[in-house]
Parts: sequence; structure tokens; C-alpha cells
Amino acid sequence: MSKKISHLDWLESEAIHIMREVAGQCANPVLLFSGGKDSLCLLRIAEKAFRPGRFPFPLMHIDTGHNYPEVINFRDQKTHELGERLIVASLEDSIAKGTIVLNNKNEPRNKYQSITLLEAIEEHKFDCCIGGARRDEEKARAKERIMSFRDEFGQWDPKNQRPELWNLYNARVHNGENIRAFPISNWTEMDVWQYIEREKLKLPSIYFAHNRDIVKRDNAIVPITSVTPAKPNEKIENITVRFRTVGDITCTAPVISKADTVEKIIFETASTFVSERGETRLDDQVSDASMELRKKEGYF
Amino acid sequence: MNDVNQNNSVLRFMTCGSVDDGKSTLIGRLLFDTKTILTDTLSHIEKVSKKRGMSALDLSLITDGLQAEREQGITIDVAYRYFNTGTKKYIIADAPGHEQYTRNMVTAASTAELAIILIDARKGILTQTKRHSFIAKLVGIKHIIVAINKMDLIEHDESKYKAICNDYMIFASAIKLAEPGVNIQFIPISALNGDMIVERSNTMEWFKGPTLIDILENHDSKINNKSALRLPIQYVCRPRDAANKDLHDFRAFMGRIESGSLKIKDRIKVLPSNVESTIKDIRIGDDILSEAIFEQSVTVSLEDEIDISRGDMIIHQDDDLVGVKNFTAKICWLFEEDLSPNRTYLIMHTSRTSKAKISKIHNKINISTLKEEAASVLKTNDIASVSFRLAQPLMVDKYDDHKGTGAFIVIDESTYHTVAAGMIDFID
Repeated sequence: MSKKISHLDWLESEAIHIMREVAGQCANPVLLFSGGKDSLCLLRIAEKAFRPGRFPFPLMHIDTGHNYPEVINFRDQKTHELGERLIVASLEDSIAKGTIVLNNKNEPRNKYQSITLLEAIEEHKFDCCIGGARRDEEKARAKERIMSFRDEFGQWDPKNQRPELWNLYNARVHNGENIRAFPISNWTEMDVWQYIEREKLKLPSIYFAHNRDIVKRDNAIVPITSVTPAKPNEKIENITVRFRTVGDITCTAPVISKADTVEKIIFETASTFVSERGETRLDDQVSDASMELRKKEGYF
Repeated sequence: MNDVNQNNSVLRFMTCGSVDDGKSTLIGRLLFDTKTILTDTLSHIEKVSKKRGMSALDLSLITDGLQAEREQGITIDVAYRYFNTGTKKYIIADAPGHEQYTRNMVTAASTAELAIILIDARKGILTQTKRHSFIAKLVGIKHIIVAINKMDLIEHDESKYKAICNDYMIFASAIKLAEPGVNIQFIPISALNGDMIVERSNTMEWFKGPTLIDILENHDSKINNKSALRLPIQYVCRPRDAANKDLHDFRAFMGRIESGSLKIKDRIKVLPSNVESTIKDIRIGDDILSEAIFEQSVTVSLEDEIDISRGDMIIHQDDDLVGVKNFTAKICWLFEEDLSPNRTYLIMHTSRTSKAKISKIHNKINISTLKEEAASVLKTNDIASVSFRLAQPLMVDKYDDHKGTGAFIVIDESTYHTVAAGMIDFID
């Protein structure tokens, strides 16, 4: 007899195993939940890992204050359905405290998330944050551990990571140190969409094709919102788009698409020619190493 | 319903070789020819290729690493890459091949089912080829593809190719890599030109074997679901839900099947307590399974109310596995600081951890000459046979019999660094 489980079953099983290791080894973990598709996969995996019991961790959203309302409503509704606890750590609070100082009011806030995240880790004494990062997203992630070690300042040092062998994950830390656990490290964007389809996961509506006011600026499509207004002379168009990722409004761009179901998105993903971050993350294009630098500063 | 489909599984493999062997070009070629590389990455590579004054696309840039590595001109770490052919999902562990990176090779090999060992056709078998092959054997990889690269630089000469294959088989027999149960396949390639990777080649019509991608696509994972059950418990679910009467006394045990399979109504026992019971229910989420197999993460409940905690193991009732406190293992020392023979370490094995002392360092293996040498201390990248004495019993198997319960890591008690990887040879 020689049967092997399918690739989605294998990926799911690996992710369940990783989450249970976090629960077994860490005293006070938390799951980072943005309302985005990757963290929604994490929630389904947590259900399969721990039900009928409760999750052995709360959920936490690092709120930049620049959100699409659909995503925030979805986040709250999902948390309510699951009956789990949600902590919202807000960049606005860090700004009020003076720990984040903005250059200007409408500046992209992605890079400041690390500060609020580290403050929340310290306040709640979390020893592990479970996140939905994947190794296929970006080259600084290709060498990331499944259990990634961060020092007291939240810093990622690529030279000081623990070797990771077999499925033996060492999540031990001293007070103040932190593990970032990535259960879907080995998933690709396609795997995520296939899993969403198989598990019939609900997603925020902005993932599906809809009409939106945009301007075309430097090869990117910039959605027009209160924090990203059109510049004088720019022509506002109303076109059919969808988002491939959700995040801070100021650095997430939609793509032109008529895909209004998961099935159509999978078809588009299979025939697409541009990577998820290359197309839609305005912040990763700044320099060749921008993700690597942000991670060193404590970004997850 | 979780589908069981042989043709849509995951294959994890590793690539062994240095930059000079064309390893990065080979990986770039696999990703490029299976259309995994997207245009933004490609335009970046074009830009850099031009900047460096190259006329053609340098596919090795696809695996270009971190800024920290570029600055130092070295590769620090194992990188993981992905591609999908529609019939299989592939995970490549790309390990740097230099001598000082034995630990990266061992790390990459630990999760690999198959290894591609690259040989430069102009150079034949080198010390590093032997090192890579030795590590593949040590970590129990059962399928080796020896890819003889740069065939374009030796005029696609069949006789030279055959001579290298012969040399390799002589060496593989000498280190007992060529044994029943281990599949060794040879293939002549040119990663640069893409010959015999995904496309066949009109320059080597003398070669009738499959292309590299065909070998990978047809690789059959030899899983034996009849082998002994090993289910280490990671987590115990006790909802104690006052509002829900059914859940008040509910208890379920959660873990991943590391070997064998488990059915409803199977008689089982729990180690180390030896208490027996019967499987009542097996689930993954809401799916109820009649049988769970290798690599599935499951939630099981039992007919009897018995006490089980994280670190215990469920096996079949007629199995004679017991907890042990002494064993001898091959270890690879991973950390920059030497092993200190008088210290206490932690051994993490499945979901159980025990304090451990070193009772004897037998000898170490010189990875270049493959000869055994006496040793009293171990340094980074050393591989040695070591006996351990444990504070708590661990339910171990020989690594050759069951990888999942034959492998362990050693953790420094005070720094919590992972300092060594171990594979159990025998129980003392």
C-alpha cells in the first residue's frame, strides 16, 4: 500500500502541526489577523487544529487607521462568528503617544506597523506571533524559518536563526524575546486560492471584481480615497478592479480584473505573469532589499 | 472530504552543488521552464544581467539571495523555492555546497525525499561530490539523481559521461549508498542551454533516458502505511464548556501521524504509561475519517477516559516499543561554539523534550576523506557517533526504520539555540 495525501491536504496538515507546536511550546501566543486572505486561511487551520476547543490564543489586528471599511466590517464579523477574542492595536494610539512620528499626514503607514506591533507584544507579553507570511512572496522570505527568532528589539538577524530540521521546531525563548511562527510558509499564492476554494472560505468583497474610482500613476493603479486623493491634472477613471492583497490603503493597489468568483481568480492566477507583491505592493518596489530591511526592524 | 490522490502530491527535494557546478542556473532553469518566474522578476534579472555585461539572461540570478549575503559574497542559508507542474507541487531546498556548510546540507536533506547531485562534466567526481553523497546517505535519502552538467563544454561526449557514471557507482558502492532500496539515476544535462531539464536535446540523441522533470514527475514516494503506527501527542483538547453538556467531559488528543496508519476501533496503547484503549473517533476538522494515514494531522478520541498529555505517544496495542533512557546516534554539530562534553543539553524528540548528558563521543567522520577519527570534542559541521543518557524516557526508533521517531535536535539549556541534529543508530 502506498498512498500519499494530496498537496492541499499535506500543506494543511503541516500548518496544523505547526500551530499545535506553538500551542504546546509557547506560554502566550497571538495570531495576527488582518482580514486578508492569508490570515483567513490561518483561521480555518486554527479551527481544524483546536476545535471543538477554543483557540489557545487571541487574534490581533495591527490597525494602520487607513483601511477599506469592507475589510474592517469583515474582520469584526469573522471574529464574532468564531467566538474568539480580538485585540486591535492601533497606529493612531502610537501616534498619540508620540512613538510614531509621521513625516506627513497621508504618508504610507506600512513601515510604522512594526512599532505598534512591538508595543503590543511588550504590553501583552506575547512570546509568539503567528503570521500568514509565505516564502514565495519575496526573496527575503525564501530563507525565513517556520519559527523565526526575534531578539528583545524585535529584530530579525538572518545570521542568527536556528537551524530547522525535520518537523522539529524549537520555539523556546527568554523573557522579552519572541518567535514569529509562519504555518503557511510553504504555500504559494495559488495554493492559498485553491484552499479558499476547497474550504469555501468567505473573503472581504474587495478581493472580487468591483467598480472603483482610480487614477493611473507610474504604471500603478491608485485607488482614490480620502487618504489617496487624485493630484491636480490627474484623470479619475471608474474601472473594474480587484485587490490581490489587502493592507494599508496607501500602499495597496488593485489590478484590472473582471474575476468576481474564486474560480475565476484561480484561472487568472494560473495565467498571470506578474508576482503578487510586484504588482500590488507599492512599498516593496522602493529598493531591492526593502522587505529585508523592514524585517530587520521588526516587521513580521 | 480530504482527497487521497497519488498524482497531486508534494515532492520535496534538495539540490547539492556549488555555484560553479551550475546549481543556481539549474534551479533558475527549472523555475523558468515550468513558467514559475513572473515578468517583474524576469525584468529585474534582465536589468541586472545587462548591468553585469552579459549578453544572455543569467538564470542563476533568480536564486540571488539577501543583501547581507551579496555584501559578503556568501550564501548564508538554505533557501526554499516552489514550482508546480499541475500534477505535483515541488518544494526545493537549495543548500549552499561549500565544506563549511555541512550543517545547511543536513538541514536541507532532513526534509528532502530526493536529492539532485550536480557534477561538472569537465571535472568529474570531486571531494564535494563525495561529501554531498555521504550526507544524502546519512540523512536517509532514498532517491539520488546524479546530474552531469555542462555537457556542452565537453562536446556532449557520451564516453566521458559514461566514465563519470562508472566512477560514481564505484564510489557509491564503497560508501554503501548504492544498496537495495536506494535508487540512483544518472542524467547528462546542460542547465545553461536547458538540455534535458524540461526539454529533450538534439545534441545528445545518444541518451535515451527521461528528462530531469520526467524523473521528478514519475518519482513514486514509497510510503508504507502498513509500517508501525507512531502518533506523538502534541496537544490535548479539553473544552470544559459549561454551556454545552456534551462538551463538558469531552477530551480529544491531537497530533500528526509520523508513521503507519490508524483506524476506528483499533486497539491502542499510550506510552510511556502503557494504558490501553480503543480508537472511538478520528477527525480532521469536521471531516470524520475511518482511517488516518502518514503525515495527516488528526484529532482522535478514545473509548476510555484516560490521562494523556503532550509528549505521550499512541501506538498499536500489540507493538513492543518502549521508552528508553540510553541511545547512540549520529549527530551533526550545528552551532559555532563547540560541544561541551560535561554539560547537560535538552533533546527534543517528536513533541517530547528531555534533559540529556553525553556518555561517550565514539568517533567523528572526516567528511572529506570519509574516514573515522577519534574525537573528544565536536566543532561546527562535525559529524560524529555519540551516546546519550536521558533524564526522561523517550519513545525512539532507529532512524533507518522511522525518520519521524528516529530524529531529534539538541538544544542548549541556557541560550535555547539549536546546537545539533541527531539520527538514532541503536538503543543501548
